Amino acid sequence: MSQNMIRLNSVKKRFYIGEPKELEILHGIDLQIKEGEFVSIVGASGSGKTTLMNIIGILDKPTEGSYFLDGVDVVKAKDLELSRIRNKKIGFVFQTYNLVPKASALKNVELPMLYGGVERKQRKKRAKELLELVGMEERMHHKPEELSGGQKQRVAIARAMANNPSIILADEPTGALDSKTGRKIMDIFHRLNKEQGKTILLITHSQELALETGRIVTIKDGSITGEEKGKVC
Amino acid sequence: MLIIENLIMAFSSLLSNKMRALLTMLGIIIGIASVIAIMTVGNSISMSVAANMESMGANNITVGLQQKSTEEQVSESGARFEGGTRGRTIREEDLITEEMLEELAVAYQQQIAGISLSVSSGNGTAEKGKLYANVSVTGGNEGYFQLNELTINAGRGLTETDQEKGGKVAVVSDKLVENLYEGNAQSAIGAMVEVSINNRYYTYTIVGVYEYQAEAASFSTDSEEDITTQLYIPLKAAQAQNHSAKGYEQFTVATESGVDTEAFMEQLEHFFDRYYRKNQDYQISAFSMETMLSSMTDMLSTISLAIAVIAGISLLVGGIGVMNIMLVSITERTREIGTRKALGATNGSIRLQFIMEAVVICLSGGFMGILSGIGIGAVLAGVMGYEAKASMAGILAAVSFSVVLGIFFGYYPAEKAARMNPIEALRYE
Repeated sequence: MSQNMIRLNSVKKRFYIGEPKELEILHGIDLQIKEGEFVSIVGASGSGKTTLMNIIGILDKPTEGSYFLDGVDVVKAKDLELSRIRNKKIGFVFQTYNLVPKASALKNVELPMLYGGVERKQRKKRAKELLELVGMEERMHHKPEELSGGQKQRVAIARAMANNPSIILADEPTGALDSKTGRKIMDIFHRLNKEQGKTILLITHSQELALETGRIVTIKDGSITGEEKGKVC
Repeated sequence: MLIIENLIMAFSSLLSNKMRALLTMLGIIIGIASVIAIMTVGNSISMSVAANMESMGANNITVGLQQKSTEEQVSESGARFEGGTRGRTIREEDLITEEMLEELAVAYQQQIAGISLSVSSGNGTAEKGKLYANVSVTGGNEGYFQLNELTINAGRGLTETDQEKGGKVAVVSDKLVENLYEGNAQSAIGAMVEVSINNRYYTYTIVGVYEYQAEAASFSTDSEEDITTQLYIPLKAAQAQNHSAKGYEQFTVATESGVDTEAFMEQLEHFFDRYYRKNQDYQISAFSMETMLSSMTDMLSTISLAIAVIAGISLLVGGIGVMNIMLVSITERTREIGTRKALGATNGSIRLQFIMEAVVICLSGGFMGILSGIGIGAVLAGVMGYEAKASMAGILAAVSFSVVLGIFFGYYPAEKAARMNPIEALRYE
């Protein structure tokens, strides 16, 4: 497992906030994440960790530097290609779940497969399997408004797994949950990492949660300030 | 595949906001409904007129007296036969005489199949004891019955001999037989029927019973029993009864098939010019069902145009309403759009989704409009006494127009959604 899933080389991100001011959020980030790793990125709010996650999730492009995701040079890719990469290689889990409100849990999990062009029956079968995996099979026809926070996040994880992505990007996935429910969500991530060998990148401000991952990357004021090993390896 | 999924999504989003969707659609519903309604009415009228024309003969020409215009030539065909509105009334010397008709028949042997003459003896009541039936007494010559062929149920029609003798014989309707003879046609044949017109009594011998056919366009509010039917007598009998001069205000010419109606009408007018050149007040003018139909079509298309303009404005306002609600909708769903993009939706698929939603709104409005338009059109046609016939072309046009409307007014909001930056969209509160 020596293949680099993610390779960031001196990535800088600047925002133009009106001439001549320019705000540099990331000051040259170097980061390699190998396949099957469970890495956490820890930082206070305003440290640039969200910007970093946007770049890793290719919702945003770096101003300078290079980024290879699973061997693909993302910086040079066009819009349509980026949509395809997001669809096939990345699974997002958000703090606020971001489920599509009018659609059932099942439809939500089907969504990435719909955009990926997976055939209808196949889509439904896979979505059911995934909901079973996160223990939501009994509520698959419920709409997000009828689900609790923890249940919604489980659906969101199932959705992130839909196209069997190379990496799961989780941005504060337990941030809106109580500690007991948050625990269950973390357990699911551990299971996906161990049993399915998924590369997981957890972004959090909680040292406690970060400690249970394999590697902890600390970011402060737009630079990586430290790396340490966690419990899981 | 994406289109079907988008359709399902669009419908479920529509159903989750029923009131809003309905209000949005209202402009489109009103626009489409008014177009469909007017097209239904127009279609009903023209189909019924066409059917009438077939039964009456499209190439019949009515020739009649028309007041000479002192200022300008009355060229609008619609303004004809309104004689007596100004100037002096028709005198005996103005009338078309038997001699003129005979000459005409000789001069245009090739073109004329028959000349129909009729005289009205007025409306009255046929009475038998306490029973009565409303009748309108009409005298017609042979040509008249050739043009207005009666379906004889019992007895016989008026014959050549009847016409020559000018005897007091009558052909009555089955309605009259129902009212006076309890529907027994056999007992009616040979019976004497007494008709009172303006307090004068006339007696006819019934020789035949014809089948009454309701006129296609009658505004009559009479009940079934009080309905006025024609009582036909020989032309000469009517003339004698009226003490009227031997002349006619108008007559109808049936042309042989293959005759150019328009050209023949001019020839007819020209023929009568000889007789009426010196007449200061009256001239002869010819018109046919064809010209009447074309003036009617003109009128109808003017009304249609006016309604189409109103409908167009309504559709424009409706379309802007759809655009407005789509803009509101994408603002409300900014996070959803961000999420979809993060999950791999391309700009194209986001655009498609929202265009489909606008199309579904417009199409639903279009269908409701079509249904209410057919309903309104049927009621209007019914009130005017026509059989309602929805216009297929109108329905197809409405459906395709709804789709175009949806695409047109949905495009801008959809494009706005497609161009959203996913990061900002995801962060949107």
